[in-house]
Amino acid sequence: MDIKHSTFKGGIHPPYRKELTKDKPLKPVSPPDTVVIPMSLHIGAPCNPIVKKGDLVKKGQKIGEASGFVSAPIHSSVSGQVMAVEPRLHPNGQKVMSVIIKNDMEETLSEEVQPKGDMDSLSPQEIKDVILNAGIVGLGGATFPTHVKLSPPPDKKIDYVIINAAECEPYLTTDDHLMRDFPDKIVYGLKAMMKVLGVQKGYIGIEDNKPEAIEAIFNAIEDKSQIEVYSLHTKYPQGSEKQLISAVTGREVPSGALPMDAGVVVTNVGTAYAVCDAIKTGMPLIERVVTVTGSAIKDPQTLVAKIGTSVNHLIEECGGFSQDPAKVINGGPMMGVAQFSTEIPVIKATSGILCLNKADAHIPEPSQCIRCGKCVSVCPVKLLPLYLSEYSIKGDFEKCKSYNALDCVECGSCSFICPAKRTLVSSIRVAKREIIASSRKGN
Amino acid sequence: MNEQLLTVSSSPHIRASHSTGTIMRDVVIALVPAFAAGIIYFGINTAIITLICIASCVATEAVLQKYVMKRQVTVTDWSAVVTGILLAFNMPVSAPWWLAVIGSVFAIGIVKQCFGGIGQNFINPALAARAFLLASWPTRMTSSAFITDSATTATPLGLLKEGGEAAAASLPSYMDLFMGNVAGSIGEVSALAILLGGVYLIVRQVISWRIPVIFIGTVMILTLAAGQDPLYHTMAGGLMLGAFFMATDYSSSPVTVKGQIIYAVGCGVITSVIRLWGGYPEGVSYSILLMNVATPLIERYSMPRIYGEVKGDA
Repeated sequence: MDIKHSTFKGGIHPPYRKELTKDKPLKPVSPPDTVVIPMSLHIGAPCNPIVKKGDLVKKGQKIGEASGFVSAPIHSSVSGQVMAVEPRLHPNGQKVMSVIIKNDMEETLSEEVQPKGDMDSLSPQEIKDVILNAGIVGLGGATFPTHVKLSPPPDKKIDYVIINAAECEPYLTTDDHLMRDFPDKIVYGLKAMMKVLGVQKGYIGIEDNKPEAIEAIFNAIEDKSQIEVYSLHTKYPQGSEKQLISAVTGREVPSGALPMDAGVVVTNVGTAYAVCDAIKTGMPLIERVVTVTGSAIKDPQTLVAKIGTSVNHLIEECGGFSQDPAKVINGGPMMGVAQFSTEIPVIKATSGILCLNKADAHIPEPSQCIRCGKCVSVCPVKLLPLYLSEYSIKGDFEKCKSYNALDCVECGSCSFICPAKRTLVSSIRVAKREIIASSRKGN
Repeated sequence: MNEQLLTVSSSPHIRASHSTGTIMRDVVIALVPAFAAGIIYFGINTAIITLICIASCVATEAVLQKYVMKRQVTVTDWSAVVTGILLAFNMPVSAPWWLAVIGSVFAIGIVKQCFGGIGQNFINPALAARAFLLASWPTRMTSSAFITDSATTATPLGLLKEGGEAAAASLPSYMDLFMGNVAGSIGEVSALAILLGGVYLIVRQVISWRIPVIFIGTVMILTLAAGQDPLYHTMAGGLMLGAFFMATDYSSSPVTVKGQIIYAVGCGVITSVIRLWGGYPEGVSYSILLMNVATPLIERYSMPRIYGEVKGDA
């Protein structure tokens, strides 16, 4: 295989624990009785529900209308009857307007779900419309609407599309499974996005702890000069967008700018898969792959779950809890969000449900900084986390700003590596929020 | 479904397995070879002085934290043990017990705790205490205090400084310098032992190679340029101990890569200048102390270029 190798400077080597789910087959979750579909499944304006209590809906039918450009429509993941449209707990910790649908188990497809034809016969704009109407968002976790990413301003020339297949978060094997099982679809999705942007060159960057995925993807690429696979050194945060761009293209995204300013668009494996489905079958984004894992889960697995399925249902599918969970995380252990309840739905951002037992969830008490400088050497952005954190705690946000707090990608490598167990990234997050808030006030 | 409470905290949810305590313990382990060399060449007094220093350092820290500052006692992080050992290693084997105690109280009480404890001391506590003892009781800390089993009582650097044929004739061999069969402070004599410990620290990623290698390299280049034997300068005196164990003190050395390079070069230059042209035969401890105080300034002017930084933007 003719594969290039690359990586970035800094980073950490956390315990990966991917073996818990890596070699178990991808399994569809049994149909849930009800689904709770929040009207906020993406970054940007929430959707307006277009169904009401008592309505009958079909699988793939649109139930939430996008309410702005940076927004994406939402579709029903089951066929059945709308039981309620009311606020329900969202993994973001707040109650969000949600459509609750009772599943009739018929899987009746909506008439809207029709194959969109051959990629070659579709124009770039038509492909973009398919993506927009299918409600596709970035499935790496940020859930930025994909059609927006594919609509750069005319003055920004895009040279490359990169599929972020690093999957550097420990525990998660979501992208790994997709790549091993459906390499053709991912390559197809990448080509479709390249066509939308008029880009001649695509890359797929995969961490080298996924050799089978690298091989599968490599073999699925027909024109190896058009799309190249990069084998990336297994190191967190290799999948951080900026670090990935540097590793693959050698370009840097300017401070405060977007990848498109470096002529690059980065999307996720699951996103490419969804794009392929949306074109080939017309199926909107109504399900996703979720790794349910961790020391408190009896039988960790990677599942295909309908959006809106209760996390409790997923946990039951994996044999339930083997021991009391002390922490349940939506996402991976480095950047995931800890949940206070498991009564939450699977959303488009749910890449994993990580349930840790008491021992794994234990975080030692922080002690005084010893200035070892480890946070400085692991920071992928080359910040000085020890000072940022110190100034943030003191409330000197001006100083944080001058120490480039806004460039922090919040990967958490500094907190991970700190021998004094200081919560560095948390205090930097506080500083970022304060700086942004005060700059808004200033304007 | 589950009734018990779930912990909610900010990410990341996992932490590296090391801690301040394991890092300091690694430093202690790295100092064991030099301790063994001290026992071999200076006898049981090495152990007695080292233990007095460790005990006084730990006791000073515990008493101050518990009764004076009324804070949590943090002696279990092993950092006071490290300071104790390093102070002992900087003393002559003939030092009286009270000198060890005074040095320890000064190192921990004044240099470390008065400035805020671990991570806050702006100079290396053991070195500051050594400088304090040297200024207060010079005869007990310098040449006449160095006693070995061999006939030599002058340190190799002292002999080098003295010059002349008689001194040159009694200079110890490379082998003696490497193994440690020379006069000197307890922990500085064996280049081999210190190298073992230093390599251990680098392998365990407790320290980076930068400061020790650049420090020693600078001294070698400058002494060579001055027409002296660079290998001799490396192995004699406190350069090895200072470069691997003292200059790398986290609190008092820069955290930036560029800063560490500047700092190490500075240590090397000052050491060489003192050794070659200064009044003292040895310049390692003063060079480190001087660079310690320059650390905040060095850091300020050695900020790394951040990812994506545009020129003129910062």
